[in-house]
Amino acid sequence: MNEYTAPLRDMRFVLKELVGLEQVASLPGCEEVNVELVDQILDESARFCREVIAPLNKTGDVEGSRWEDGKVFTPKGFKDAYRQFTEGGWSALQAPAEHGGQGLPKLVATLVMEMWKSSNMAFSLCPMLTNGAIEALLLRGTEAQKKTYLAKMVAGTWTGTMNLTESQAGTDLALLRTRADREGDHYRIRGQKIFITYGEHDLTENIIHLVLARLPDAPPGVRGISLFIVPKFLVNADGTLGARNDVQCASLEHKLGIHASPTAVLVYGEKEGAVGYLVGEENRGLEYMFIMMNAARFAVGLEGLAIADRAYQQALAYAKERVQSRDLAGGAESVPIVRHPDVRRMLMSMKANIEAMRALACTVAASMDIAHRHPDKAERLKHQAFADLMIPVVKGWFTESGVEVASTGVQVHGGMGYIEETGAAQHLRDARITTIYEGTTAIQSNDLVGRKLGREGGVTAKALVQVMRQTEAALSKAAGDDLAAIHGAFSAGLTAFSDCVDWIAVNYEKDIKAVHAGSVPFLKLTGIVAGGWQMARAALIAQEQVTKGAGDKAFYEAKIVTARFFSEHVLSQASGLRTSIMQGARGVLQLSEEQL
Amino acid sequence: MKVMVPVKRVVDYNVKVRVKSDGTGVETANVKMSMNPFDEIGIEEALRLKEAGAATEVIAVSCGPAACQETLRTALALGADRAILVQTDVELQPLAVAKLLKALVDKEQPKMAIVGKQAIDDDCNQTGQMLSALLGWSQATFASKVKVDGDKLTVTREVDGGLETINITLPAVITTDLRLNEPRYVTLPNIMKAKKKPLEILTPEALGVDVTPRLITLKVAEPPARKAGIKVPDVKALVDKLKNEAKVIS
Repeated sequence: MNEYTAPLRDMRFVLKELVGLEQVASLPGCEEVNVELVDQILDESARFCREVIAPLNKTGDVEGSRWEDGKVFTPKGFKDAYRQFTEGGWSALQAPAEHGGQGLPKLVATLVMEMWKSSNMAFSLCPMLTNGAIEALLLRGTEAQKKTYLAKMVAGTWTGTMNLTESQAGTDLALLRTRADREGDHYRIRGQKIFITYGEHDLTENIIHLVLARLPDAPPGVRGISLFIVPKFLVNADGTLGARNDVQCASLEHKLGIHASPTAVLVYGEKEGAVGYLVGEENRGLEYMFIMMNAARFAVGLEGLAIADRAYQQALAYAKERVQSRDLAGGAESVPIVRHPDVRRMLMSMKANIEAMRALACTVAASMDIAHRHPDKAERLKHQAFADLMIPVVKGWFTESGVEVASTGVQVHGGMGYIEETGAAQHLRDARITTIYEGTTAIQSNDLVGRKLGREGGVTAKALVQVMRQTEAALSKAAGDDLAAIHGAFSAGLTAFSDCVDWIAVNYEKDIKAVHAGSVPFLKLTGIVAGGWQMARAALIAQEQVTKGAGDKAFYEAKIVTARFFSEHVLSQASGLRTSIMQGARGVLQLSEEQL
Repeated sequence: MKVMVPVKRVVDYNVKVRVKSDGTGVETANVKMSMNPFDEIGIEEALRLKEAGAATEVIAVSCGPAACQETLRTALALGADRAILVQTDVELQPLAVAKLLKALVDKEQPKMAIVGKQAIDDDCNQTGQMLSALLGWSQATFASKVKVDGDKLTVTREVDGGLETINITLPAVITTDLRLNEPRYVTLPNIMKAKKKPLEILTPEALGVDVTPRLITLKVAEPPARKAGIKVPDVKALVDKLKNEAKVIS
């Protein structure tokens, strides 16, 4: 049992009832979006993922991408699946229509991307990186550069990469050494880049590398970094492929997970120097990277949700099938393990975290759409501020939860989960990178307590508390034991969050190290409170549907109980996190390095 | 040449079908519905005929409740040029569908109808044959290969003994078998384009067809659950049970 079925029922609930497709469909540029269209897109995407991409997840993991004499071969079936993926137009999902894309709103794209990532995360990285490169060109490319590269990249005929890391420059890009020398209308690039996802492969005829490098006269540090286009094959004036550029794949990394995704070491300029073309202005490369960062971090955050869902589907199927031990309530026969309370607890913790993440992801995606397209500037700014605050949470909390959920998935399988044949371990191995790349959890947390909170005195976070108070008020009026339990946990969680926001706003200037010592617990606190908020909203909607006697009672009842589980088992950790954040700094920082 | 392809909205083939608790039929509320897979093969074949220049227009038609529009939208997204829904909430049986299709053929004048050999919900395998009789057209059922040459069709049919190849003359009804082709995936740009394609809605009354059911369903029940097996101690006991209990050998 290693199949993937897109969770369309919950996706539709989040899209239509919780977030509201109409608030995005009414935006300028989204006139074509309606419920029927989105339903059909989700259906067809689900089918394509189940039948084409998902079956390659396990075989791709076992076989892995292979390096041979500078060439890279993706696992069996990947080339054909990629061809079908591009022929289906899926690579053009988000790009604007004038460059051949479908220009669908982020809200819709989010659910489609979740499916790609669930069905085959290693495969999905190729279009994700291409999309990053497309955004860079859209943002700062010249008209000629757009004309040469964009249409082919949007169509997926060529893929894109992002070249940031060097062996001495990981999180700290100020240390990067790859150099660019001016030569007429272009530059010559020389240096070595590592960790380049899909840096070399056999899926397409050309690869467009975006490379950060330093000019000889550039100022030191992050203000001296420029961004270049370095195509694998140079492109002639008529659009045909020309000479092979001086960039070679020296090797592939041997990794814990995502084996099918080739992680390349790229060597630029071993011979005459690789031809590169400047994007935007000299020395502003890192600034451009920062503008694209929201989209990239959001996309990696979705990987946490997506892997969690795949791991849940697999664990649930196993738990219903695996017969072991008698029911605690009695009976002579051994029963499927799903009937044992702790297996239930594990499955519910997976389900509840997944639903909370999906609801939050779509809420943030809708805000990104509004921030991008709304005619009213105040509305745009309000939603941009909310999205900016939540991006590190989506990246950090989702991926940490993804690892936890995938690990729980192994636990549900018991010893069988530790054995590779069942496939449960792959999800844990694949998930493990997500808390590291595109900025580790600590980097996300620094961003959250620093740029997004400390430096503005917590204005946006305090406004969010006020919005959440409205949900709290609605919960206080709701009937029934489940909603009362959700109300209690949400109130306590919200108070803990509010206390910590105030504490960080006051202490950020005074004691920055103490604030940073608690930044990861604060990111988690923000995640569970925001997730709990969305689950509470979902429970209120579900309660209304049950009261009304609407159809699909089983779904709505499950939603209420799942929200209750989240409140009592996840959100209930909020007050403990408050202790770590507000009082835990001494324990973190006090010992001398010798005492560690 | 116009080609008409009827498409039926059925419970998705991945769904485990359940009987309604009152035994009146199959549960379809909150169940995923899709196009009948044999009809999808019909659409694919019509599209291939169009791409090969043998057909000029592909018309997808469906008979049933308003929700069948979804199925027609899928047909349009696959590549059909336009769609017609004969909308009714009456339970439609094969003869009624065949009469509706005949009325649509009279109206639209296609020269070929490509019909799924059966629908995966009721498994009747009747509509195509009935339509051919009502129209007085040639028929080639269970097709696994279709070759068009002017007015002549060469059709390979899947029969019990193997494959049978026949020649027929247009106009004709073809019913599709599983191996006729492998339907394409719907592409994202085609989903967007499908919204702008025409979808006409008619009623049985407007077509002058009486769709009143001729059969009455008395009861729908789950198949009996399989009983647990037993272990026999030796071959002698096994033979004895096969002879006297199961009565499959004598």
